[in-house]
Amino acid sequence: MEQEQKVAVHVEHLNAWYGKTQALYDINLTIAPLSVTAFIGPSGCGKSTILRCLNRMHEEVPRASAAGLVQIEGVNIYAHSIKPMYIRLHIGMVFQQPNPLPTRSIWENVAIGAQINGLAKGKALHERVERSLRQAALWDEVKDRLHSSATTLSGGQQQRLCIARALATEPKILLMDEPASALDPESTFKVEELIQELKKQYTVIIVTHNMQQAARIGDTTAFFLKGHVIEFGETQHLFTHPQKQETEYYVTGRFS
Amino acid sequence: MQQELVPSKDKTSVMRSTWLKGFPGTRPGDLIFRGMTLVSVFIVIAIVVGIAWILVADSMPTIRQAGFSFLTRQDFDPVHDIYGVLPAIYGTLVTSAFALIFAIPIGVGTAIFLVEYCPRPLRMPLAFFADLLAAVPSVVFGLWGFLILARWLQHTGQPWLQQHLGFLPLFQGPPLGVGILAAGMVLTIMVLPLIVAVSREVMLTVPRSQREALLALGATRWEVIRHAVLPLSRVGIFGGIILALGRALGETMAVTMVIGNQATKPSLRLFDTGYTLSSVIANQFGEATPGLFLSALVEAGLIVFLITMITNILARVLISCLGRRYAPGVKV
Amino acid sequence: MSAVSQVYQSHPFHPPLSILTVRRRISNILAIVLTTIFILFTVGILLYLISYVLVQGLHFINLDFFTQVPTPDGAPGGGMGQSVQGTLILVGLATLMGVPLGLFTGIYLSEFGQGHFAASIRFLVDILTGIPTIIFGLFVWGLIVVPNHSFSGFAGGMALGIIMVPIVTRTTEDILRLVPRETREASLALGATESQTILRVVIPSALNGIITGIILAMARVAGETAPLIMTAFGTTYWNADITQPTDALPLGIYNFSHSPYQEQVNQAYAGAFILIMLIFLTSFAVRWATKGFEQTNR
Repeated sequence: MEQEQKVAVHVEHLNAWYGKTQALYDINLTIAPLSVTAFIGPSGCGKSTILRCLNRMHEEVPRASAAGLVQIEGVNIYAHSIKPMYIRLHIGMVFQQPNPLPTRSIWENVAIGAQINGLAKGKALHERVERSLRQAALWDEVKDRLHSSATTLSGGQQQRLCIARALATEPKILLMDEPASALDPESTFKVEELIQELKKQYTVIIVTHNMQQAARIGDTTAFFLKGHVIEFGETQHLFTHPQKQETEYYVTGRFS
Repeated sequence: MQQELVPSKDKTSVMRSTWLKGFPGTRPGDLIFRGMTLVSVFIVIAIVVGIAWILVADSMPTIRQAGFSFLTRQDFDPVHDIYGVLPAIYGTLVTSAFALIFAIPIGVGTAIFLVEYCPRPLRMPLAFFADLLAAVPSVVFGLWGFLILARWLQHTGQPWLQQHLGFLPLFQGPPLGVGILAAGMVLTIMVLPLIVAVSREVMLTVPRSQREALLALGATRWEVIRHAVLPLSRVGIFGGIILALGRALGETMAVTMVIGNQATKPSLRLFDTGYTLSSVIANQFGEATPGLFLSALVEAGLIVFLITMITNILARVLISCLGRRYAPGVKV
Repeated sequence: MSAVSQVYQSHPFHPPLSILTVRRRISNILAIVLTTIFILFTVGILLYLISYVLVQGLHFINLDFFTQVPTPDGAPGGGMGQSVQGTLILVGLATLMGVPLGLFTGIYLSEFGQGHFAASIRFLVDILTGIPTIIFGLFVWGLIVVPNHSFSGFAGGMALGIIMVPIVTRTTEDILRLVPRETREASLALGATESQTILRVVIPSALNGIITGIILAMARVAGETAPLIMTAFGTTYWNADITQPTDALPLGIYNFSHSPYQEQVNQAYAGAFILIMLIFLTSFAVRWATKGFEQTNR
């Protein structure tokens, strides 16, 4: 990377709405590069919403809106001149339910982001696909059947395929919305291992409803409740010495 | 005329699957009632069988006399009792092909607009409107086609085409208004609502997650449609096209009223009059004398019956294929 | 690294208008422009067509239309009274013949049918929906008209009735399946017999939908022309005798549409107006009465 940014993501006074209902209140966060940050909190607290604000997917929901400052490596993605389409390729997203394109092959699934955006062609594209599949720890399992349909993969494999697909556009940050919650324990383990590898190259932000997972893989954790950031800090510290009472209640399982 | 598109879910009977299986159904009242429903089922079976039977039986005279040449002969000559429906088959195929060539892009494009671009408040009314139009009787389309469209074609449309594109054999010949072109245009309009309705229904079933996957990669609206929505809708839309084809092949009244019903040699000229298999039945029935003439008409009906049945079955097979091939999401 | 990648590297969030981006923008805009044109065409042409016929038809509606029969040889005046009468008779006959068949078949498929047999029945019903209606006319012609050497209203009604059967079967079965299983179980547990359950509990709770299906089927066959050409045949006189040729609105429209007399052509428009209104009004009424039965929007 050219410039070593001190800060990967900087959020300032971010508010978001679904129609008239406000979902996020004055969010302020700073996320360091090459780290894993976990967003935790009970259902409906806004953790998925804020994640989607980071790549402007939130606006795709009808009547949804967001306002504030969100800087990814110094660039305000909500600036007037920037179309969501431009920045999304620089921000990878993995969803809760694996969603490979069922009518396409494994290779085509990984290549599609790069193809659409014209990032590589021919041999360079092949290399990119292989690189992404290796990074997603899937290459060895699929290298002999790159042209078979993506639906022939198991759930865990499909999710890693989606990760490879997101990595193929060489994003600056990787957003993951409960990526393992639909997977069996073995696949979950593989994905968590993968994330630990990925953080050497990417900044990862992961939303999870599983506190233990956050404790396992997160370097920093942000605890959300009812659209507010209650606490944000180093994971170990947040879990063992929570500053706020709500945080303590949540991590001790008083409510989920 | 609503065509069912959802692939058959579990179709076991509701009553039989209640937990009180075995208990009901033994009282005399029940037996009578169940008997009545069975009788009606058998009547329905008898009707379908009967249709096939009558069609074959009453066209036997011509089948025996002409055999396969019925399909290849060009003369439909009641005076000499020689019957061939090649021009009719040609007319049926050309008008249907014309209709599909235009109705497919326009229909699918309309459906894309309705599903992807249409502003929310307009969605319901437009969909309702499209459904309504599918219910308009064909005689109304025929009426408009004959009195308005054919006349316009004769005085304005066809001369213009001949003037500017007359080098093409398509647009040669005297502009009569009625003819293959008029029939093709009317069929296009009639088949459009069907294609729009089917395509729209199919595209609505594409899950959000597919669209989101592509959006997150930085795709434009159109790229999302092209790479996420359309590939998943392909099979269903194609099934809808086959359904539309079936409708076009069997359409009788509107075509009869604008196609001119005069025999001409099959040629590439769209301005020519002609007839289709169904229009020849509708048109000639009043004048048919018993014997070979009538049985020839019935045989034309038999052919229509067979080809629409085949397209219908094809459409359903394709649409149930959709249920199998289409497996997004994880089934761990 | 390609030139494109270099550009992305140095300006991560402001890709300049390279060729690729221009092409993507253009195809994006083209897509929306084209689809808008297409929908305008579709809606426009259909709207124009229907309103033209309606406006013309409205112009020529008068009392005579309903109370007079056609005058011979284009003498002024006259109407299509016998067509209206015929339509009422034929649709009534069709309903009497087709609805019970459709109802019971639908009940069978929903309540009793099982396995391959029911699947084949459903398949046959589906086939029936796809057959062009003129074939039904040929069927009834061969079955009834030929042996009796006479066109008749009865034959016409029968042809229309057969057309109604698959429609009514389909809607009845679909609607009955929506009635929750628990309803039937509750009734049986109270000691009702199977037939009592169906007749007194299940059907009444689905009655709305069933009646909707019947009304829609009636509106549908009211507009059919082709099957009547060789069964009811049509007439230009008042006729309430179903053993004789009977006219119908679509038949009258068809015949008058290429009449050499302008007055009759006008009456054809009027007839088309009535027909369209009939279909629109039943569609509206049915939708209004059963909100939420039809397809949902997004």
